[in-house]
Amino acid sequence: MTDILSWPMIFALMAKQFWPVWVALVLTFALSIRFKRRLGLYGKLFDSPVGMAGFAIVMFWVFTAVFADVIATMPPLDQIGSVKNPLPGTPVVDLKPGQFPWFLLGGDHLARDIFSRMVVGARQVLIIAPAATTFAFIVGITLGLPAGYLGGKLDTVLSFLANLVLAFPVILLFYLLVTPEIVKTGYVIHLWFLGGHLENGVGVGGFTWIASIPNLMAAVLFVFPIIFFGILLNSRFHTNRPKRNLYVGVTLVIGIWAYSGLAFNADPVGVWGMSPNLLNVFVAVVFVNAPTVFRIVRGIVMDIKSRDYVSAAQTRGERSWYIMLWEILPNARGPLIVDYCLRIGYTTILLGTLGFFGLGVSPESPDWGSTINAGSKLLSMIPHPAVVPALALMSLVLGLNLLADGLREESMKD
Amino acid sequence: MLNFVIRRLAVMVLTALVLTFVVFYLTNLGPNLEKLARSEGSVRMTDDSVAAWIEQNGHGGSVFYRYAEWLGVAPGWVRVDDKGVTRGLCIRQNDDPALAPQFCGILEGNWGFSTVFKNPVLGVVGRAMAATGWLMLAVMVVMVPTALLIGVLAGMREGTRTDRVLSTFSIASSATPEYVSGVLLIALLASPVTGLSPIFASWGWLSGRNLFLGTATSAMDHITFWNFALPVATIALYGVGYIARMTRASMAEVMTQQYIRTARLKGVGFREVVVRHALRNAMIAPFTVVMLQFPYLLNGVVITESIFNYKGFGWTLVKAAGNNDIELLLGCSVIAVIFVLATQLISDIGYVYLNPRIRLG
Repeated sequence: MTDILSWPMIFALMAKQFWPVWVALVLTFALSIRFKRRLGLYGKLFDSPVGMAGFAIVMFWVFTAVFADVIATMPPLDQIGSVKNPLPGTPVVDLKPGQFPWFLLGGDHLARDIFSRMVVGARQVLIIAPAATTFAFIVGITLGLPAGYLGGKLDTVLSFLANLVLAFPVILLFYLLVTPEIVKTGYVIHLWFLGGHLENGVGVGGFTWIASIPNLMAAVLFVFPIIFFGILLNSRFHTNRPKRNLYVGVTLVIGIWAYSGLAFNADPVGVWGMSPNLLNVFVAVVFVNAPTVFRIVRGIVMDIKSRDYVSAAQTRGERSWYIMLWEILPNARGPLIVDYCLRIGYTTILLGTLGFFGLGVSPESPDWGSTINAGSKLLSMIPHPAVVPALALMSLVLGLNLLADGLREESMKD
Repeated sequence: MLNFVIRRLAVMVLTALVLTFVVFYLTNLGPNLEKLARSEGSVRMTDDSVAAWIEQNGHGGSVFYRYAEWLGVAPGWVRVDDKGVTRGLCIRQNDDPALAPQFCGILEGNWGFSTVFKNPVLGVVGRAMAATGWLMLAVMVVMVPTALLIGVLAGMREGTRTDRVLSTFSIASSATPEYVSGVLLIALLASPVTGLSPIFASWGWLSGRNLFLGTATSAMDHITFWNFALPVATIALYGVGYIARMTRASMAEVMTQQYIRTARLKGVGFREVVVRHALRNAMIAPFTVVMLQFPYLLNGVVITESIFNYKGFGWTLVKAAGNNDIELLLGCSVIAVIFVLATQLISDIGYVYLNPRIRLG
């Protein structure tokens, strides 16, 4: 137990650690291939080798994120032993009972296990990147549909704003938006009567909210899902009042509940919430991505709105929002799904960039960008702390790109 | 055409004004100014003296007015301090206040003073731009021909094995951001302990310890293949994939056109068809892409210069942002914004020139 493991042994042990992922992958593929004719575009993915390879890589990381607790060999934030930067396969000195005996992929400058940090980091990346991309899509679609369909002044103003954001060098924007100073700057809104009390005429405790730029941006950006789903359901069911009231009502209740928690950190139950740093990063990434989605949606809508089925709906007397959301949007789904996959990859890269410049969620967070940043200080002498998360990030983005390519190919066939 | 250019320029100026205002506002937030006061004045200042310092050095008052001052369209501030010395934005030390100009913003060429480098911003940015210019030039020289070649080779016979291999390569390259490829390239080629260098050294092929140098600081004075190859490769690798994919798509589309079939049926050889008939039309879309790639290149430059410690524009920007050097950061932003807008304009005009089907009134 005192020897350094050889590389084949390291790989064998890692493969063993990943066992839940292999089981899940085999099940997913077996079931999907068995029923692929009934699964629409998703099923057709399994006709394209490129798409299948991409899907396999993406699902590998998704399952890794899901089973991270089982796969990780050590707690990701704990210092194990006192040797700095142990090499891959180094045995742990003075082993405690029940502890995993090796640093599979070595340790970093604080003697934390790199393998475990990579695995737990996958969870962070795979929660933030798809969530931020989804928000960016909802914002981009909600604004892009009317801009493309109605045109006019609305289009001019929105396009100008989108181009404004796009003309900003991304890194500069991050450096300006994701800083500790900006979180603290703004009018403080203090409502002591919400959960606080009055002491000698001065409010104590209760609800406090700083109108800082990230908070304001969150307050604006996070309304869009409520608007989107509200209009979506309203335009579909407005002829059937009871059904409409039920659906829109449920959307509003859940939406406003989540909104109060996410944007104002004031969820009375405490289910929804985000730390100020995470909120800052999240908002910055959504803000950078939304204008591109807006431009794509606008372009597709301008192409589709001259089709016959749109004219038919117009002749039927359907309202504009119904046409946009239930006639145009479903027919624009092909390119949007492809772009969604690509954009999750791009968002992963952006999050990594933020982490790389030390602007991430927190300095000790195991997300890949931050670990690459921490590892790149001593890169030429001790490369393994940076190379492992770098390869992980690259493989995830590669998987997403291959998946998007496969989807594009298959969706163009019909 | 002239109308189009004028309208585009007007929008551009408006965009530049809005963007620089946003940067000005965000860099001049209260906490930033307090930090500046403490670093320029003294660390142990009381809150009152911090407020006084901010007021005394022209950072107080409306942000719009200060923006106009900084831009050089409003008269610069003038204050008389407690020793009776008149100081102001436009008054240099030991100069007669009466002779100082009234306006001195960036429009008059006064870009301020960098607190990190202890030098005028214009000089710092100028030197950094020159260094980055060489880097960008090298990247363009490597990236564009490689990407176009890969794209044309892949797109001229769609679906063949060549196409599959090259397409997979371009997908992989666009999945490798600079901070990943930089790390991997250094570990593979510039580390004395891992990758290829120790192997080559043990075979006796290598006189030094590394194949390439992992830092490009020495390239500031003297560019060699040894110290410049890795940073250039790092930036080029990420860009190649995207341009190659666009070129491939454009080439593949052109190859299905009627006039290509006509040329083939006339008996023109395949090579001749590709070079003489297809290439020019297939280059229209990639031209736009290459021009629009410049803003992303700027991103890559910032990351790469930080990794390789090459003291160019990106490195300066990071230093300015990290050290609360407000005037330097503003200067960098102005350059970055103008750069991005100019590439967008060139891309639009070039597109119209290359594609005679588009006529703009």
